[in-house]
Amino acid sequence: MLSPFGQQFKDNGYQLGNDRDSPIYQSPAYWPVAFRITPNWHLETNNHVVVDGPDGPNSVIKDVKTQGFDYTGMDMLTAGTLSRNVSFLLVPSSDETGAFHFESANVRFDNLLHSPWFNIKVGKFELDNLLSEKRILTLSNNGGFYQNYHFQPWVAPGVSEAAYVFGLGDNQLGVEWMGHSFNDRTRVSAALLEGTDGNPDWINGAGQAAGRGYEGYFAASQAFEVKGLGMQRVGGFAYIGQSPTFARFTNDGAGIPGTGIGNQSYYRVGLIGMWYVKKFDFTTMYFYGHDSAYLGTNTVAGDPLPDGSHAPAWNGALFETHYTFNKQMIFINRYELIRMSQQALDTNPGDLGNVDALTFGFRYYPFINSRAGFAFQNEYSIVWQKNVVVNPTTGTSDLTSSSLLFGFDFAF
Amino acid sequence: MEKKSIGLLAVGICAATLMFLATPVKAQVTQYDEDKRLDMESHVDGITGHARDGAPLYGRYCIGCHGEIGDGNGDNAPWMEPFKPRNFTLGIFKCRSTPTGTLPTDEDLYNTIGRGLNTSNMPHWIALTKQERANLVAYVKHFSPRFATEKPGTPIQIPQEPQITADRIKAGRAVFERVQCWKCHGVTGRANGPSASTLTDDFGNPDPAFNFHDETRFKCGTSDSDLYKIFMTGLDGSPMPSWSDNIKPDEAWDLVFYLRTLQPQKSKAKEIAAPLHLTPVNPNALPGGQ
Repeated sequence: MLSPFGQQFKDNGYQLGNDRDSPIYQSPAYWPVAFRITPNWHLETNNHVVVDGPDGPNSVIKDVKTQGFDYTGMDMLTAGTLSRNVSFLLVPSSDETGAFHFESANVRFDNLLHSPWFNIKVGKFELDNLLSEKRILTLSNNGGFYQNYHFQPWVAPGVSEAAYVFGLGDNQLGVEWMGHSFNDRTRVSAALLEGTDGNPDWINGAGQAAGRGYEGYFAASQAFEVKGLGMQRVGGFAYIGQSPTFARFTNDGAGIPGTGIGNQSYYRVGLIGMWYVKKFDFTTMYFYGHDSAYLGTNTVAGDPLPDGSHAPAWNGALFETHYTFNKQMIFINRYELIRMSQQALDTNPGDLGNVDALTFGFRYYPFINSRAGFAFQNEYSIVWQKNVVVNPTTGTSDLTSSSLLFGFDFAF
Repeated sequence: MEKKSIGLLAVGICAATLMFLATPVKAQVTQYDEDKRLDMESHVDGITGHARDGAPLYGRYCIGCHGEIGDGNGDNAPWMEPFKPRNFTLGIFKCRSTPTGTLPTDEDLYNTIGRGLNTSNMPHWIALTKQERANLVAYVKHFSPRFATEKPGTPIQIPQEPQITADRIKAGRAVFERVQCWKCHGVTGRANGPSASTLTDDFGNPDPAFNFHDETRFKCGTSDSDLYKIFMTGLDGSPMPSWSDNIKPDEAWDLVFYLRTLQPQKSKAKEIAAPLHLTPVNPNALPGGQ
């Protein structure tokens, strides 16, 4: 999470506001770029994995454990000002195989009309989440993202939603207006977004043809001072999305990008509080999600819904604690839970897809300076999901996945 | 979790602990008793700041530029141009309400932290709470032994701002000529006077003059009274001296009004000055002209 100053610096377009933010005041030798990657050793365990067996493919349930040295994807972070009140962020990223994509690519115009209430950002950017998944302190396969940000209900045991993939923590494509008070205590934003979960070329996150339909994200927060404890912040957010359920035109059976129709809606809303008590800081979040019955049952709009189908809905919560022992050592703990309040199909177990996730660990910074970053990351994460595995012998099984990671997270 | 995993976790924790213990401890910075100096307090607007509470804030926000011992030699300092971070150990500060050579008041330091120093790399820290800024004031003071032995100067008296008139603006132009502001700031305020290229601070670092033509905000504030204070107290450590011995309070206001006409933003001074068609001062016609 950002400090109050960091939040203000970001909200001001990465400017100090001292009339020296234009790059003409920078040394010509200065190239604002940083590379970040994390070599690591990790252990992954998954119970109740369906694997091939003597009776044929996918006929046996086994526990699968893997371990070894590895490395993460790489981010190339470059940001700065193009002129006064015009700044940019460009983050080419690769996965661990070296396949590149653009994680962020945006330009922002700040202090329009000489007001901090008018800032516009265009391109691919992180949503105005107070709890940023891009600045997350945990890196493991199970703990390196927020379950609540990415959860989508199960259609049935072993069957995922197919029409769309969405993550509130994913960077999205579009335009955002953001405004804040001079001291950044009050912040509001609204964004108009392409319904592709940040993917280019009108193909959505599920690999389906996206369509003509924009999505919206709204966020607001207010910081206030508690005597003796410092700044606290509370806020709320809402994402209103829609997803096509089929393509108007296909080519060899595949939807032509951008021709998706039969839109169905989904939304995510939440409340968040960020609390600071001496060396502790706590983040609390309540989350509510809802999908159309068509999305929840993988039904094409216009077709009859299956008997006993409903619009799936769920509640979620997050509790994250950091203890900053000193500026070099921070302890991290996070617990998330997701509880379905309405299944997509009456035939589903009532707790299908319920999630509990626990992550804890610490980051140690052997040295700290402004020219490079280096942290020794130690982390354990475990996730329990209810009834999501189709068990050839018992019907359904819970899936438990865990990650243990030791890594050196560095940026320069 | 299996035994093997627990073992690996234990190895990781042990390794981190060893690395943590191997970290060098903070060096002894001066002969003064650090612990005693950390008892330093500040008093601003009914708030008492404590140096001990300011230490972690300083470590998070300030140390990169001002350095661990407050000597202005933080990691970022070599790349900062033209203004270098302040060396707190000397107890010399530019933005003060007190006469030149004296210590600033707590409020002066508090205002500087909240306002930042325009045209330098010092941002405004208004995002921090009042208590946090007060704590930082106390911690900044703890670096200099002067604060333990001297009292801050008495803030200068600023007479009430008079009504701005065309005559006052013309009188201000005369002051600008007489005390030779143009030598550094240039005849039109573009910081291109004959001495401009030679200006350095007390430590030999380049310290250019303020460019009235381009800048709307001063280093130490934005208001007329801030401008009054700047040239009547001087910016200690910089080439900008105090003019309190050469300019009478009434003349100081005249100069404020004239300087406002050189700035880019709309102002009442510019409005009144427009029909006057004031010409820039002519250095060749002045004593000491070039």
